[in-house]
Amino acid sequence: MDVKGHSRIALATIALAFAGAAAAFAAAPGNPKPVKEVGGLWFDKDGAPTYNITKDGTVDWGTFVGYLRYNSICLDCHGPDGSGSSYAPDLTQALQQLSYSQFIADVAGGIKSVNTAQDLVMPSFATNKNVMCFIGEIYSYLRARSTGALGRGRPAKSAPDPKGFDEASYKCLGIPM
Amino acid sequence: MKSRGQWFAGAAVGAFGCLLLAVPAARAQSSASSPTLEQAAASPDNWAIPALDYASTRYSTLNQITADNASQLEPSWTFSTGVLRGHEGQPLVIGNVMYLVTPFPNTVFALDLSNDGRIMWQYTPTQNPDVIPVMCCDTVNRGVAYGDGKIILHQADNTVVALDAQTGKVDWVRQLASYKDGATGTGAPLVVGNKVFVGVSGGEFGVQGFLAALDMSDGHILWKAYSEGPDNQILFNPQTTMSLGKPVGADSSLRTWKGDEWKIGGGDTWGWLSYDPKLNLLYYGSGNPSTWNPNQRPGDNKWSMTIFARDPDTGMAKWVYQMTPHDQWDYDGVNEMILADLAINGQQVPALVHFDRNGLAYVLNRATGALLAVHKYDPDVNWTSGVDMNPSSPNYGRPTVVAQYAPGSRGVNVNYTGICPAALGSKDEQPASYDPQTGLFYVPTNHVCMDYEPYPVAYTAGQPYVGATLSMYPGPGGYMGRFIAFDPMTGKTVWQIHDQFSDWGGALTTAGGVVFYGTLKGYFRAVDAKTGKILYSFKTPSGIISNVMTYMHDGKQYVAVLSGVGGWAGIGLAAGLTDPHAGLGAVGGYAALKDYTTLGGQLTVFALPGS
Repeated sequence: MDVKGHSRIALATIALAFAGAAAAFAAAPGNPKPVKEVGGLWFDKDGAPTYNITKDGTVDWGTFVGYLRYNSICLDCHGPDGSGSSYAPDLTQALQQLSYSQFIADVAGGIKSVNTAQDLVMPSFATNKNVMCFIGEIYSYLRARSTGALGRGRPAKSAPDPKGFDEASYKCLGIPM
Repeated sequence: MKSRGQWFAGAAVGAFGCLLLAVPAARAQSSASSPTLEQAAASPDNWAIPALDYASTRYSTLNQITADNASQLEPSWTFSTGVLRGHEGQPLVIGNVMYLVTPFPNTVFALDLSNDGRIMWQYTPTQNPDVIPVMCCDTVNRGVAYGDGKIILHQADNTVVALDAQTGKVDWVRQLASYKDGATGTGAPLVVGNKVFVGVSGGEFGVQGFLAALDMSDGHILWKAYSEGPDNQILFNPQTTMSLGKPVGADSSLRTWKGDEWKIGGGDTWGWLSYDPKLNLLYYGSGNPSTWNPNQRPGDNKWSMTIFARDPDTGMAKWVYQMTPHDQWDYDGVNEMILADLAINGQQVPALVHFDRNGLAYVLNRATGALLAVHKYDPDVNWTSGVDMNPSSPNYGRPTVVAQYAPGSRGVNVNYTGICPAALGSKDEQPASYDPQTGLFYVPTNHVCMDYEPYPVAYTAGQPYVGATLSMYPGPGGYMGRFIAFDPMTGKTVWQIHDQFSDWGGALTTAGGVVFYGTLKGYFRAVDAKTGKILYSFKTPSGIISNVMTYMHDGKQYVAVLSGVGGWAGIGLAAGLTDPHAGLGAVGGYAALKDYTTLGGQLTVFALPGS
């Protein structure tokens, strides 16, 4: 039953490794078609997290968790539903040109653009478990927002949480259940 | 000029020994040519204290601009701050000089009022830009303070700097807490006698809130009073610190937290400070307990969400009142404490009036902390049915919480819907004003509701520590801005003006019978205090989240406001809000603020025509 927990921690670790490499290049994400599901999170053929929204509008669990985590931590700067604010860019636009590896590098490594015209600074979230434990889910959510597959606000219907998700989440966050 | 400021900052640190020797001479010089704060504040021509007076009334006795002639107002002069971020706060005016501070990088300007605002000096501190992303909700600054010939700047990185008001030269520098732990500076300092009082921001980063008293002469810390913790950290005397007429007892804070949660418990003090010279008491409020997930911090979480009355000399608390025990909504208690002497049942009572984020307007006796009246100032507030006003009740002074709208009532991972007000409160930091002529309070408010979904979070120093997902939308009626003339003793709203977006600019009342405020779309307004009729309106270049101020120069009254959208308003509203309850298939969503205004800081000063 700890398999998912281990995989979640492994994912966060991989994310940090990506950030360390920091070989940043702009690349549009490929076809978002979901092909494989692990612990409620779907992946495309290239192994990048993606959404799986059925015809009746039911949103997969991973994307729903991404909605929850985004609108707590990321909203403070990037505005509700990734729509941007007076403080930070519109992510529904930015994600159209952001591969998963670049996304992880930006989130874990941070971005700094301070000059006479602007003072934009995104911190490193590498040590923030609330972000890194759910980095795939957050990407999947923003990917769905950027392609227009998912509108604004809380998804009306979501797939049920997979067995063991809570245990795995608490374990990754390092807090008692 | 920027490099000069930096050089002085370096000199102040590098040549500290020399600086100490130089201080007595500098002080003698400044006292010879600069007024004391008491002298400056005594003249109605000046605006010498961030809230105009120690009582935080924001009521000016200037009366050249009246309800009869306000329609003739016109822009007199303007000034670009050169900074794009949200401009809160207000300038000071002392004699012929206006002082204002920008958002990060916190440049301070001294402008010559006798010379169309020519820049007499400017000072830009050197700050690590890594402070920017730990400023929850934009890099705002709510103004500088004045005293003893010095301008006191509270920087974004929680460093306090004293500048010579005449030259901009650095006198002293004092860092209070580290932005690396998420502690930042946004609040305006208050100067009383030979002390500077400064709070701290960081409730979304688990920063243990405190108020610090610094010595005006060299900035050394005289005392620091925390909002949570053991009695010797919160500066409480278990026997003499009172709450609702009773001693608080030992460990009044520790008893209301699980384990060591108080160490990352928030209760930050980023709002406004008031002072009563007769009672010699300092008043302010503390903010939300951290995290936003109430299930992770059982207990009342004292003394977050609390009104404090402290002795400014020792820091000891005389009385406290917790407005929102065990917060479940992010209703910070930091809004301004307005000290007004009100006639209650035929008697003059030294009152403290406070419009809290939680949607309730409190009236207390500011000498004793006794609760006199509590009313909703937005009728759609629904998280509470009201406060228990029966002194013999075990729940005396506590709000009766409506479980349906309480995100702690059914555990985590539950979406609590239709809560009013939203986390940004029925009113945020934008200050209200008290007009003793009408006896009414003029309050800029947010008419916004929310869904709130709490879940577990992990704490990491210097990282956001939130733990809830929010969805915000306009309250009943479909508008978000509601500027009201309000009587806090009766709960009666005398008049109101609705706006599409939240009213996030602070109010000014004047003896001319005119109320002034600005809107998020950028309109500067003059309103008849008696009737609510809009007498004058001018579209400034950007949305207004700052507080209107007034001054007299060469015998003429001016009214000034900073425009420059941002802050929580810019974050929450820039993209527009959606209504999750509009029904399936509703494309909906309220118009976005970004369709009306964009970034950019500017001061606009208004006056009547002619000389």
